[in-house]
Amino acid sequence: MNSGLVQEFEKLLGEASVLHKPEDLLLYEYDGSVEKGRPNLVVFPTATEHVSRIVKLAAKYNAPVVGRGAGTGLSGGALARTGGVMIVFARMNRILEVDAENQRAVVQPGVVNYELTRAAEPYGLYFAPDPSSWKSCTIGGNVAENAGGPHTLAYGVTTNHVTALELVLPDGEIVRVGSKHGEAPGFDLTGLFVGSEGTLALVTEITVKLSRKPEAVKTLLAIFDSVDDTAESVVDITARAITPAACEMLDGWTLRAVEDYIHAGFPMDSAAVLLIEVEGLAEAVAAQADAVTEVCNAHHAREVRVARDDAERELLWKGRKNAFGALGRLAPSNYVLDGVIPRSKLPQTLRRIQQIGAQYGFQIGNIFHAGDGNLHPIVLYDPRNAAQFERAMQASAEIIRYCLEIGGALSGEHGVGMEKSELMPLVFSDADFDLMRRVHDAFNPDSSLNPGKIFPLSKGCGEIRIRPKSPHSASAS
Amino acid sequence: MTNSSPNLVLALEAILDASRVFSDPLSCAAYAVDEIIPSAVAKPASAEEAAEIVRFSALEKFALIPCGNRTKLAIGMPPSRYDIALDMTNLNQIAHYDPGDLTLSVDAGTPLAQLNAELFDHKQFLPLVVPWYSRATIGGTIASGLHSPLQQFYGTARDFLIGAEFVTGSGALTKSGGRVVKNVTGYDLHKLLIGSLGTLGVITRLNFRTFPVPIAGSRGFVASFPNAEAALALRRAIAESSLTPLTLDVLSPELAQLFATRTPATPEAAVFAGENRSADQTSLPPVGNWFRPREWQLCAGFAGTPEVLDRYARDLTRLAEQSHATSTAILDDTTRPALWGRLRESLSLLLEVSPATAIFKISVLPSQHTALFANLRQIADRAALSHALVARAGGTIYFALLPSTANNETTAQLARVTTQIFDSIPSAGGNATLLFAPRALKQYVSVWGPPRPDLALMRRLKTAFDPQDIFAPGRFASGIYFQTPFCPEL
Repeated sequence: MNSGLVQEFEKLLGEASVLHKPEDLLLYEYDGSVEKGRPNLVVFPTATEHVSRIVKLAAKYNAPVVGRGAGTGLSGGALARTGGVMIVFARMNRILEVDAENQRAVVQPGVVNYELTRAAEPYGLYFAPDPSSWKSCTIGGNVAENAGGPHTLAYGVTTNHVTALELVLPDGEIVRVGSKHGEAPGFDLTGLFVGSEGTLALVTEITVKLSRKPEAVKTLLAIFDSVDDTAESVVDITARAITPAACEMLDGWTLRAVEDYIHAGFPMDSAAVLLIEVEGLAEAVAAQADAVTEVCNAHHAREVRVARDDAERELLWKGRKNAFGALGRLAPSNYVLDGVIPRSKLPQTLRRIQQIGAQYGFQIGNIFHAGDGNLHPIVLYDPRNAAQFERAMQASAEIIRYCLEIGGALSGEHGVGMEKSELMPLVFSDADFDLMRRVHDAFNPDSSLNPGKIFPLSKGCGEIRIRPKSPHSASAS
Repeated sequence: MTNSSPNLVLALEAILDASRVFSDPLSCAAYAVDEIIPSAVAKPASAEEAAEIVRFSALEKFALIPCGNRTKLAIGMPPSRYDIALDMTNLNQIAHYDPGDLTLSVDAGTPLAQLNAELFDHKQFLPLVVPWYSRATIGGTIASGLHSPLQQFYGTARDFLIGAEFVTGSGALTKSGGRVVKNVTGYDLHKLLIGSLGTLGVITRLNFRTFPVPIAGSRGFVASFPNAEAALALRRAIAESSLTPLTLDVLSPELAQLFATRTPATPEAAVFAGENRSADQTSLPPVGNWFRPREWQLCAGFAGTPEVLDRYARDLTRLAEQSHATSTAILDDTTRPALWGRLRESLSLLLEVSPATAIFKISVLPSQHTALFANLRQIADRAALSHALVARAGGTIYFALLPSTANNETTAQLARVTTQIFDSIPSAGGNATLLFAPRALKQYVSVWGPPRPDLALMRRLKTAFDPQDIFAPGRFASGIYFQTPFCPEL
């Protein structure tokens, strides 16, 4: 990296806020995905004005800029694919306001998701989007990826909870979109920028809605002897219009790995379990829990347990949220997919995934948001075995192809990033890309911001590939 | 009009069957937007035909406004050019419906009432219970961005629109999003179409998540108050409780009085979450003697099992008493439609009341409502203008000025008051637009309110979608291609 650039950044931010030695940069070439990309420089701004000046300075040296929160992303969204300057928002981590009466909070992008919920707790409020990595991921990252989580089934994903943003454009201009209220005249710019994966602007301040905590919560664990019965229960819960707050599925193979590690209370000999939460008025919750139990029993559940207290409830959720970490014990690396399918097609999809696994010689685990059809098949592999890695990627692409064939989507909550960009032509036509590219260029004309993301690098649509350049071990959060 | 009609009509007839192109004055006048009449009306029968008309228009620089059943064309500024009305009502099929997944894909010209009737067969619905409900199309509803009282619980269209197909300004049939309830693949361009008044693209198809009808039962609650403070205190108490009502509206005494004395012209159809009342009934029943006009009202709708309904009735009544309500009533399936039909049709009703109704949509945080209400009333009273107000879902306020006559003097007075109202909106976190205004008033004020700091970004988007500026030029968003000077001296 140009030493002049390093010096200028050190002058702007102070030496303690700039990393440039190779050994320091190493940590920032990873995220939670299987991708890699090393920045030339990592900077830690503490104010919006810094971000604006960083962007301008980077432009002077023609260096691309990429924003990053905690680096827990699962699609390579916060990696410097073509090098350049990485802006890490870890020090812009202040909660600027909790406005309890209007149920709003204003935060800097580096605030950890869980910390906001903790700050809102004294008012009986919380921040609804709860990715599994909520204890480490940042709200800035949630906004970039439009993150989901188990409870988004009832309460919606990040975009449903963001009302305003402060942005820094690639030319350094600072601009506000949306409003604290939420409604603003004109086009829904907030809706466009949330989930744009840092390819249109850098987010420097976020106004979010806070939700009121329900008075009653019941967490149920339904235990099944067959994956088909489990899937049919999910279909039936959806079809019967029972609307749980969360409906998660763990298959037997993954839950045994989790149980060995976390001891959450999952039965070791079951084929699959559903972790279902119902919330709301005490009167409504009782009826909903009965309805869920009835459906599961109708589909031959071996047992439906209700968590007796908060401790048991938290343990079950700990098992769910740390499951991916537990899988790290089984193989050196794993690849987590994020396809979405129509919920009515869950049983056939789970069967197809097992067929694909058998065909390619993998045990594919499933631990996912069953209630909204957001699958997370996990393919375990050893990155030192290049042939095996290649097969893992082929199996993954085939699963995604199947999801799309039956009317599904490429990514439900992890984002496209650099991981799925080459699969995008399976979803979008040239005309679709043309408009997305025009929108991209309207804000980021030189691709100086987060280049190499979302859009496929290969121009033609003939050859679809999913393989990242160099595999390495990663533990998803 | 910028181009000669005969050539335009011939060209359109080469694209569409001649029976679906109209250029006679009577037909064209029916598509007027703010008294500006197009040269031709085209009724495509497919998305591809619509795209072809757009490609032709882009080539020839014809200005085009897409429409459904034309119930809300009065929203926005007058178009600066308008050659072709693109009537989308022939695209009116449900393309895909998976009740088991609660997802739907529907053509833009499908009437909302017809759509909900079909969903109702599967005990599902779309929570867009908007004004002109019995005639509005789904495409027009999304393009106009009107909300429904049900937004209190179900959110606005941006919370359940999951994908769209539309024609861009270069005539490309394009899509965004998908047909599943959770999706982060590509930019959320479909959200931009909500409320865009046809300025970004011609919507051909929309994908939604649907919702189960609350079949267990539903009720309404109404409480009366001597002043706004007390009604807002109850609203706040509800917001701080565990209750999650489906609708939550606060009405001014003036609007309550209109509810008691008037019946909206649109026939009754759905008035509540998932209700499928017959559209052949010509009007709503009158409100009963449980309704106290001349007082502030808080109206809440709720649904659930009998135990849940009892809980709501008990808690709402108790909270209302604590807020010094002068009366409360629980409304059942027979009494509720009269009030909820009027809540749904508040905007259409207000437009029927006066020849020069002006309705502001004001988005201000709930904590600022008490002061704002007082301010709005004071401004209107000072100008001796009748007014009415509804605050919906804890944040969106519709404030109507209702002059008794429509003449130059009225227009001048409305222009002055509009400026005062725009100036009175708290700059922190709030904003206001003039949602409906008489044509004459639009000569003097921009209905989109004061320019916003993000206007330049909106212009960039407009150019990305519609590089030739052929879609409804001039109609949308403060200052986007809007050049008419503001005349404060009026």
